[in-house]
Amino acid sequence: MFELLGIPPQALFGQLLLGLINGSFYAMLSLGLAVIFGLLNIINFTHGAQYMMGAFVTWMLLTYFGINYWAALILVPLIVGATGIVIERLMISRLYHLDHLYGLLLTFGLALIIQGLFRNQYGVSGIPYAAPELLQGGHNLGFMYLPNSRLWVIVASLVVCLGTWFMIEKTKLGAYLRAATENPTLVGAFGINVPRMITLTYGFGVGLAALAGVLAAPIYSVNPNMGEQLIIVVFAVVVIGGMGSILGAIITGFGLGLVEGLTRVFYPEGSAVVIFVIMAIVLLVKPAGLFGRTA
Amino acid sequence: MMKKLALATSAFAMLAATPGLAQDVSVKLGVLNDRSGVYADLSGEGSVIAAQMAVEDFGAEEKGITVEIVSADHQNKPDVASNIARQWYSEEDVDAIFDVPTSSAALAVHEITREMDKIFMNSGAATSDLTGSACSPNTVHWTYDTWALANGTGGAMVEQGGDSWFFITADYAFGHALERDTTAFVEKSGGTVVGSVRHPFPGSDFSSFLLQAQASGAKVVGLANAGGDTINAVKQASEFGITQAGQSLAGLLVFLTDVHSLGLQTAQGLVLTESFYWDLNDQTREWSARFEEQAGDKPTMVQAGVYGSVLHYLKAVEATGTDETAAVMEWMKANPTDDPLFGQGEIREDGRKIHDMYLFRVKAPDQSEGPWDYYELLETIPADQAFRPLADGGCSLVEEAAAQ
Amino acid sequence: MTTTDTVSHVSAQPRDKAMGMPRHHMMIFIALFAAMLVAPFVLYPVFLMKVMCFALFAAAFNLLLGFGGLLSFGHAAYFGMASYVSAHAAKVWGLTPELAILSGTLVAMVLGAVIGSLAIRRQGIYFAMVTLAFAQMVYFFALQAPFTGGEDGIQAVPRGDLFGILSTRPDRTFYYVVLAITFGGVLAIYRIIHSPFGQVLKAIRENEPRSISLGYHVNRYKLAVFVISATFAGMAGATKALVFQLASLTDVYWTMSGEVVLMTLLGGMGTVFGPLLGAGIIVAMQNYFASFGAWVLIMQGIIFVLAVLLFREGIIGVLARWIKKPL
Repeated sequence: MFELLGIPPQALFGQLLLGLINGSFYAMLSLGLAVIFGLLNIINFTHGAQYMMGAFVTWMLLTYFGINYWAALILVPLIVGATGIVIERLMISRLYHLDHLYGLLLTFGLALIIQGLFRNQYGVSGIPYAAPELLQGGHNLGFMYLPNSRLWVIVASLVVCLGTWFMIEKTKLGAYLRAATENPTLVGAFGINVPRMITLTYGFGVGLAALAGVLAAPIYSVNPNMGEQLIIVVFAVVVIGGMGSILGAIITGFGLGLVEGLTRVFYPEGSAVVIFVIMAIVLLVKPAGLFGRTA
Repeated sequence: MMKKLALATSAFAMLAATPGLAQDVSVKLGVLNDRSGVYADLSGEGSVIAAQMAVEDFGAEEKGITVEIVSADHQNKPDVASNIARQWYSEEDVDAIFDVPTSSAALAVHEITREMDKIFMNSGAATSDLTGSACSPNTVHWTYDTWALANGTGGAMVEQGGDSWFFITADYAFGHALERDTTAFVEKSGGTVVGSVRHPFPGSDFSSFLLQAQASGAKVVGLANAGGDTINAVKQASEFGITQAGQSLAGLLVFLTDVHSLGLQTAQGLVLTESFYWDLNDQTREWSARFEEQAGDKPTMVQAGVYGSVLHYLKAVEATGTDETAAVMEWMKANPTDDPLFGQGEIREDGRKIHDMYLFRVKAPDQSEGPWDYYELLETIPADQAFRPLADGGCSLVEEAAAQ
Repeated sequence: MTTTDTVSHVSAQPRDKAMGMPRHHMMIFIALFAAMLVAPFVLYPVFLMKVMCFALFAAAFNLLLGFGGLLSFGHAAYFGMASYVSAHAAKVWGLTPELAILSGTLVAMVLGAVIGSLAIRRQGIYFAMVTLAFAQMVYFFALQAPFTGGEDGIQAVPRGDLFGILSTRPDRTFYYVVLAITFGGVLAIYRIIHSPFGQVLKAIRENEPRSISLGYHVNRYKLAVFVISATFAGMAGATKALVFQLASLTDVYWTMSGEVVLMTLLGGMGTVFGPLLGAGIIVAMQNYFASFGAWVLIMQGIIFVLAVLLFREGIIGVLARWIKKPL
């Protein structure tokens, strides 16, 4: 068996696949951030907390109402997205005339509140969520054992990301959205209800975060801090990608997942910082990010 | 003195019915732990309840000892812990502080206690430095420490046949120490370590590291991490079929509440070391049932340790008739400990409390006979082997004693 | 940012000639100083020292946000790294307290120069995220570097003898050292704000393109204010390490970066006294509500939301509007 850089290629494939799975989460979360940022021009610091809410609501639906995982895939983004719409209407919408930094501060405060409430209610040890039967077990791919739950994450994430991209770039609704991003006043003048579009966009972005939470529930420990750890990495992903394009967010998300996966094999200690190092390099070479438009 | 006695007698005459001897000592105990963070479930309010139960079971009131218990949340931050400890000692006349999980917070309280010459009875923290290089005449470390865990899981596992190890280690001092200590015991018992990987702390995705562990072919995958990291690692190990494929999973710092949070379906087969389990014998079952009535959950070893340490402290106060630090500490170290939870034991001169440790395996769901029936006892590690020998810790108190 | 027209009126105010400071500012400083002189006989000195360290930290942060218009979400990096270095210097190298604090401050300055030169390449929200990401790298470094003691931190740091003579072990003695450092730092920041340099900063904040067209090297000014802010944040952190006699991961974690934003926002960004008051309120809240556990987090979140939605000028900002004088 030949070896590549001291690692058998089979093992490398396995690790790359796992990196891709993590990339799926990065892609979905940074996509949501990008969509929100595109239209609302705020960085949604609550995104991590909303991802966590997604996982918790999935668990609550099963525990209190007996609603299974597959139904949760539809219901949870709707429920959490609806809370997002309430937040946008009641609070965020009051800040559009101000500096965008206030949006960041507001959503940071909201993240603290949401996290604190869940901590009070459920503690921090985390709660178990068993994968549905269809996702239990896995396939032996020869070079690795791939649990069905992970396979499903890649498939679901790819479908959602490409679907979103298609909707925004190729449909009429998406065209309005892109137009409103460029010039809201003009789009409003054409008779399109821009504020409502903004509200729904926020709800959609939050729904994406919640959906990522649903996908995470059977894999990761469902606990109030699960989003706090992820959100900063996703921020770095967003800076690297540049948020200029939807496709950019998706590609950067998956790509960085792969890079991180490789680091875990060759230099595991560095896997937590590799994304930040890449960010520093990108900032030096291409300050607007890989796919960003120069300001 | 005469006057005091006379006063006490007259007070007696008025109360008339109170039996026994009035010593007229009042002590204030502080339970300082995590009430909102990662360790809130294994210490938290449960530790306060355990302390109150100790006061009631001891019958402090009948014995003329007035006990007041205060509690606070140190949020696992050493500066918060040190601030509260200082304020308790200097402004609120707290005599002794109990529990204090999180090593950094425990070390901070440890130093303040030494400076203020009070008493610190730790139950929640893992670091063996408390009775080693940083040891102090004012600290008792009650429940467990990293050495005991590494010894229990590392040494005993090899004897059970798990002689080749792969470590998944949290990449910070605590993880490194656990890995290093455990490696020593594995090798001493004739086992080998075939590899290890360091994961970032805190980590959420362990799949990559588990895959490396699987590829290593080791019989035992040792998890040298704690809290959320361990929970995530165990959950994902079950997803990737690590134990089903024949490897054993050994958690080096796992508490009952972690297993509870994982569920048996996921945690089954996990091997771990603890110094207390509610279902050990009639006494622990009886006490734990009473605890559960108040707390809602079964006690962890940390909460049990708070009960044991408060009880022993109160015995010392009763025997010496004072809350003065030196006298109480001397009595506690000179006299054997005895409580229903840890049985008989002693406190060594370096402050280490000695008792049996137990190697457990988490049951499969179909073996479990009811709620909280989680552990199967694999081995009892006798007290005299369970903890680091006195001479090895590098504690200056021991050297002084030897020199004299 | 739309924070302060208040400051722009400074030049119109009557000034005390000796200090170049409006008279009411001077009176407040003197009153504050006098109050702090007697405070340790009423309140717990360690608590007061903590308040002062955070007040200096918030004042340093406010220099960057309130006057430079740059929102850094990673100021914990300078605060925390300086506290590690200062603790290490005092414990391992056996330096006297003033040298320990100085070395921590210098390290924060260098760190600020490195991170600042990268971060100022982006603006607004991106700038905030970049600083946050770099602070996260510093956190990982602190977690893993051998000298920081990992999650145990550096414990049992001796306070040592000031200038090698005066023992600072008693809390009350060290209190006056901290008081001197804090007031020195806050007054220095005050001077910077009201210097020509500070005026250029304000111009950049209000209209960057115009400042460029006027011939200012905008990035140099931004970097300078970033480094100054990091330096004073470091000074606060280095002092805190000696107050508590320990340095730990808490001080480098990103929630600390959030806390300092909260202090500044609550007190009033772009005001002189706001950050000091904000720090006092938040530290008192954490101290006296410690037994409420996670509710402290929730309350902090609620204060954040209310401050953003209802009183963006902060408490001092609102007061300044009432009395129609900048504070």
